[in-house]
Formats: sequence, C-alpha cells, structure tokens
Amino acid sequence: MFKKNLFSLLQSVLNYKQYHWFWSLFRVHVRQQHMDHQGQGARAVPLAGHVGFDSMPDQLVNKSVNHGFCFNILCVGETGLGKSTLMDTLFNTKFEGEPTQHNQPGVQLKSNTYELQESNVRLKLTVVNTVGFGDQINKEDSYKSIVEFIDAQFEAYLQEELKIKRTLHSYHDTRIHACLYFIAPTGHSLKSLDLVTMKKLDSKVNIIPIIAKSDAISKSELTKFKIKITSELVSNGVQIYQFPTDDETVAEINSTMNGHLPFAVVGSTEEVKIGNKMVKARQYPWGTVQVENENHCDFVKLREMLIRVNMEDLREQTHTSHYELYRRCKLEEMGFKDTDPDCKPFSLQETYEAKRNEFMGELQKKEEEMRQMFVQRVKEKEGELKEAEKELHEKFDRLKKLHQDEKKKLEDKRKSLDDELNMFKQKKTAAELLLNQAQQAGGSTTLKRDKERKK
Amino acid sequence: MAPSPGLLLNGATRYVGIDAILEQMRRKAMKQGFELNIMVVGQSGLGKSTLMNTLFKSKVSRKSAQPNPEEKIPQTIEIKSISHDIEEKGVRMKLAVIDTPGFGDQINNENCWQPIMKFINDQYEAYLQEEINIDRKKRIPDSRVHCCIYFIPPTGHCLRPLDVEFMRRLSKVVNIVPVIAKADTLTLEERDDFKQTIREELRANGIDVYPQKEFDEDAEDRLINDKIREMIPFAVVGSDQEYQVNGKKILGRKTKWGTIEVENIAHCEFAYLRDLLIRTHMQNIKDITGSIHYEMYRVRRLNESNAGPGLAPGQAPTLVSAHTNGQTKVNGGPPNGMAAQCEVLTHEM
Repeated sequence: MFKKNLFSLLQSVLNYKQYHWFWSLFRVHVRQQHMDHQGQGARAVPLAGHVGFDSMPDQLVNKSVNHGFCFNILCVGETGLGKSTLMDTLFNTKFEGEPTQHNQPGVQLKSNTYELQESNVRLKLTVVNTVGFGDQINKEDSYKSIVEFIDAQFEAYLQEELKIKRTLHSYHDTRIHACLYFIAPTGHSLKSLDLVTMKKLDSKVNIIPIIAKSDAISKSELTKFKIKITSELVSNGVQIYQFPTDDETVAEINSTMNGHLPFAVVGSTEEVKIGNKMVKARQYPWGTVQVENENHCDFVKLREMLIRVNMEDLREQTHTSHYELYRRCKLEEMGFKDTDPDCKPFSLQETYEAKRNEFMGELQKKEEEMRQMFVQRVKEKEGELKEAEKELHEKFDRLKKLHQDEKKKLEDKRKSLDDELNMFKQKKTAAELLLNQAQQAGGSTTLKRDKERKK
Repeated sequence: MAPSPGLLLNGATRYVGIDAILEQMRRKAMKQGFELNIMVVGQSGLGKSTLMNTLFKSKVSRKSAQPNPEEKIPQTIEIKSISHDIEEKGVRMKLAVIDTPGFGDQINNENCWQPIMKFINDQYEAYLQEEINIDRKKRIPDSRVHCCIYFIPPTGHCLRPLDVEFMRRLSKVVNIVPVIAKADTLTLEERDDFKQTIREELRANGIDVYPQKEFDEDAEDRLINDKIREMIPFAVVGSDQEYQVNGKKILGRKTKWGTIEVENIAHCEFAYLRDLLIRTHMQNIKDITGSIHYEMYRVRRLNESNAGPGLAPGQAPTLVSAHTNGQTKVNGGPPNGMAAQCEVLTHEM
C-alpha cells in the first residue's frame, strides 16, 4: 500500500528520467524479494497502467446471464397459513394450484417449477409445498418426508457429481436453497411440532422463520411473540439462517434485518385503491392492511432479504455448507476415507473396487447358500414323498388282504349254503318219495275213508 | 408455466427484484478474486518475458536479457511458475505465469513437449485429487493451466516441424494461442502471407487452437470468434519501455528508423491479443479449461483406473454406468464412480 502511494506520488512530482531512477532503485529491491519468493506464494505487484481485467466480473456475470439461474424455495407450514398466497405475492404472479384439503393421510411434498424473467435475467424458480403438514392426528412422522425430500435432492446432485461422464454445467439444480418456515400466529409461542421440525431441518437447509397471517396479531403482541420465538429457538439450539455480515456493502442492512427475524408477513394478491395508487392489500371492515407498507407488516423486508440482497448467498451456503455436510456424511457412511499421504491416488476408486468385489463375493455366497438350501429341501421333500408312497402301498396291501379274506369268507358261506341246499334237496326228494309211497298206500285208505264218509 | 412475472391479474407490472442477483454475483466475485494461469512456450530470445510484462503492465516475468556468462542453457526444459497478486479497480487477481526455459533450445528436441504435458496433467491431477476428497476445501485452488501462448519465430516461411508437433499434441489438453513473436521484423505483406501459411498449416494438421470451432455456443459467439480466427496468429511486439510520441508517453521500441508503438493496431496486433486474453475472453478461456479439457482428463483418468485385469477398457465405463442405473439404496452398496466439483461451475449455479 505504502509503495503504491509512493509510486504515484513520484510519478506526479518527478519527470520521467528521475522517476525512472527512483523506480530502478525499487526495482532492485522488488527483484530481490522476487527472487527470494520465486515459486512460493504470490507477490503483490503494482500495475503501471490499465490492463483491463477489471472487466472480469462483467464477463462472469454475462456468462451467468446467458446460462440462467435457478432458485428453489421450500415452504413448510400447516395447511391454511397462506403459503401459496405469499409465493404469489413475492413473485408478483399467479402460480397454479388450488388450496389443499385438510384430510391428507400424510405429509407430501409437491414441487412446481416456473420460468420467470425480469429484464435480461432468466430464473428457474421451483416452489415446493408441504401438503398436509400438521393435519394428521399423530404428527410424529411429519418431518420425515420433508427430510427425505431434501436428502433426495442432495443425493441426485451427488450422483451427478460422481458420474464419470457428467454435465454439471447444464444440470438443473434442484437442491433446496431456502426454507420458509411458516409459524402460526397464535401469539404465544412455538408449537412443539414446529420446534421438532426446525431442529431436524436446521443442518440441512437454510431456515428463515416467518410469522404467517400476521394481521391477526396486534403490534405489542407481535414484539412479545417475536422475542418469545427467538428465545425458544436459541434455547433449543435451532440454527436459523443468519444474513451474512462480512461484506461491507450489505453488512449493515443485513445485521439490522437479523434483528427483525422472524418476519411477520401478510400475503395478498388482491389490489385496493389507496389514495391514487393500486396497492396489494387485504380489506377488512375496520381497515385495510397494506402488504408493502413497512408499518403494517414485514413483507418488504422479507422480499429484500430473500431476493434482492441474499439470493446468491443462500445458494452458496446450500452448496458449500449443507451439501458438503451431506456429501461427507454419505461418503463416510459408505466406508470411504480420505487418502493417506503415501497412499495411491483414487482411494475412492480402489475402495469402490474392493467394495464391489466384496459385494459380488457376498452375492455369490448367498447364491451358494440358497442353492444348498434348495437342494436340501428337495431331498426332504423326496423323503416325505417316498414315505407317503410306502404308506400307500401298505394300505393297498392291507385292503387287498381284507378283500381276500372277505371273499374267502363269502365263499365258505356260499359253500356251506350250497351244502345246506343240497342236503335240503336231498331231504326234500327223500321226503317226497316217502310221501308218494305214503300216498299210494294211504290213498286207498283215504279213498275208503272218503267212501265211508260219503255213506 | 406461469404467465411472465410482474404481470398481475389486472395487467399492472411490478418490480420483483430478481435481477438484483447480478449485483450479488458481482459482489461475490469481487470478494473472492480471480485466478489465471498462463503458460508461455517458445525458444529463448523470442521475447516471452517482455510480452508478459507488457500484457500485465508490471514485472511479472524475470527477463534473462543479460545472462551471466556462467549461466548455461539448461540441459532439460524447466518449468517455472511464479504467482503474482495484482489488483485493478477493486478486482483482485492471482496471476501465475508459467515459464518454460529451455524449450526448443537443445540440438535434439525430441520429446521436448513431454515435460510440459506432464506439468499440465499434473495440475489437472492435483485438482482432481482435491475434488475427490471427502473433506474438501470450500474453494479448490485452481492451478490448472488456462492458456498456453506459443511463440512462433518470425521466419516468414512456414511453421517448423517442432511447432507443428508441439501444437498438435498440446491443443488436445490446453487452450493454445499462437503468436508471431518479434513481428517488427516482418513487413505488412510478409506478415499477412506468413499468417495465411500458418493458418493453412494448422488446418492441414488438424490443430485446433483457441477459439476452437466446436465450442462456439451460439451464432453470436460464432460471429465474434470467426473474426478472431481470421486474425490468428497475432503478430505481436512487446516492450516495457516508454517513449514520448506526439506528446504522449507510450510503450514502444525505438529504432533508428522509427518507433514501433506496441498498442497501436496499425503497427502490431498486441492490442488484439490483450483484448482477447484479458478483456473479453478470459472467462471463456477458463470455462473451456474447466469444463472441457479438465473433464476429458477426468474421464480418461477414471477409465484408466477402472480397467483392471480381466476388464477390457471399453467395458469398464458401461459397467460403472450400468451400476449407476441400477443402484439402489442398499446399505454398504458402492457408489458409481468419482466425486468431483468444478469450482468454475459454481458460478453457474
């Protein structure tokens, strides 16, 4: 810094020759330092004229403009808190969708993507709504589907990053950049559902808590409510998104806004004539709440912070903190470690190969086991079947024997019956014979008797 | 799709403020600063260091104008990289000038491009290593060579075999910008003829120098780049001495028959080179390095380590990608390849 000032001073005061002499003195000095630091670190070198790389930010911005931007907002809150209306109001457009019913069986996330354009900036905006949040009787699992959704977006990006042939620059980034958490305007404190959900989300996404439908709370109640909410968040260790204060241009406004969190907002898409202008407002019999009036609600603050000042920072935080955390956890979970200094490069690749072999080995083992089990079962079944067959044979034999016995008995009986019959026949013939004889002998007597009777 | 924003139901337009993101981006870029790595390749005595100093208007390169008698021509090519922090109107840049003394100076110059290619690939490797770390830095330091300026001696005839060989090999891994050095030895007609010959030879040998035809994004780009392609190689003159011409102090070379003004486009094409490199195409150069050359290196490297015994090199990628498609969230199931994060691309998010 000192050297630079000295140079400019010299330049202005001395003429060329003298300046050159002074410069040669310094040149030796600089060269000395130069040689000492050659190859290590960077030397600050003053410029003697306009080089032109101050157009770099412009080049960068132009390229981004050609490419377009994307921004993804997640709205978490109970049904009926005005999430869709607020989105409409923020982006000055009517997004599709009708109000959802209150009888959803579980929490679902519905995401819609819209292409907005303002002057030469194209924005791909994705709004994700939690449908059915807070409507169930048992709300223990409400936060799970939200966390799963956020993780799924990180996972998709990670997959793309890990591919061999990848197209990161044309990838549509679906990771959630900002989460607007809608707090119901009870005026008392945060609900336990809110605390639990926010605690689960704070390490995964930038949370901006807002008080919805805040025209239901009076000003004095509002300050107390805000204080209560912030103290509850702090005491429960919930990390909400803090607007960055390291850049001087925006440090001041951001730190003031940090003090106004959570923002008390009112959303409306209807316009009312106030004075001679049409403004967005909600009309009541007792007055009109103007959305863009800073005395009425914090909507303007929210819009400033979310869109006009910190959109880029939100995206950066998502990418550098939340996504990196997810990536680290996911890769460690899968068992990867960073390379040791003397390890071969691509330990990820090697570990992957090793894991793949392991996996295949396991698969094969399992296959073997299954095959063996199958063989065993077949054997058993065969044994059983054989047993059954034997039994059947035995039964058959038994039955056959029985049958034969019966048959024999019947034969015997028949035989005896036949014998009887024969005997009977014999007797019968013998009896007949006797009868005939008797008839012949006694026929005459019968005749005589009959004759006697007749006389 | 929603109707265009700013249009409320009754047709009145309102300002949302989406375009403020440009300003936010600019702020972020200014805070982070930029990095640029330029390599200069050419025989000794062609004015490489002088040109670098002229380009960046400061002593970024140490000239060996008065070599000590004890200093010998190096036996092998050395690669020397020197970094500088320069600042202009609040924009900070970390500039690294990579010098290659000894290139083309030996009697037998076979394989003189190998150390240079190795250096370039080493930088890609370092970046890749950092990228696939589990615990990686917020901003990966970018030491990849963005641009290689190749100095063609002003013979006036045609390209030498060394030039052709070198450019052919290196145009595949890095952006090459050929320049005709010490162009004040050529008259304007000689210069045009020489350029024509060079362009034809480049085309005949299939050498794709920057700006490459295949990376033109749209018609507008192509128009601009076609104009540039008509002019390469730029005939440049470098100087860091100032002289008085018509009452103004300008950089130039003073000779007995006149003063050659470096920044006068009637005298030499230094201004075009500077504009191309710094004022208009710097971001584009960095992008092509990051998203095309680096990605090609990455694909090649990953396929190499993928192809093990029993796996044909052609099979490996499909195996991995098949695994990609079929991956389920099985606990302990392997992922599908390498992690990577291109820092340049974060700007495009």
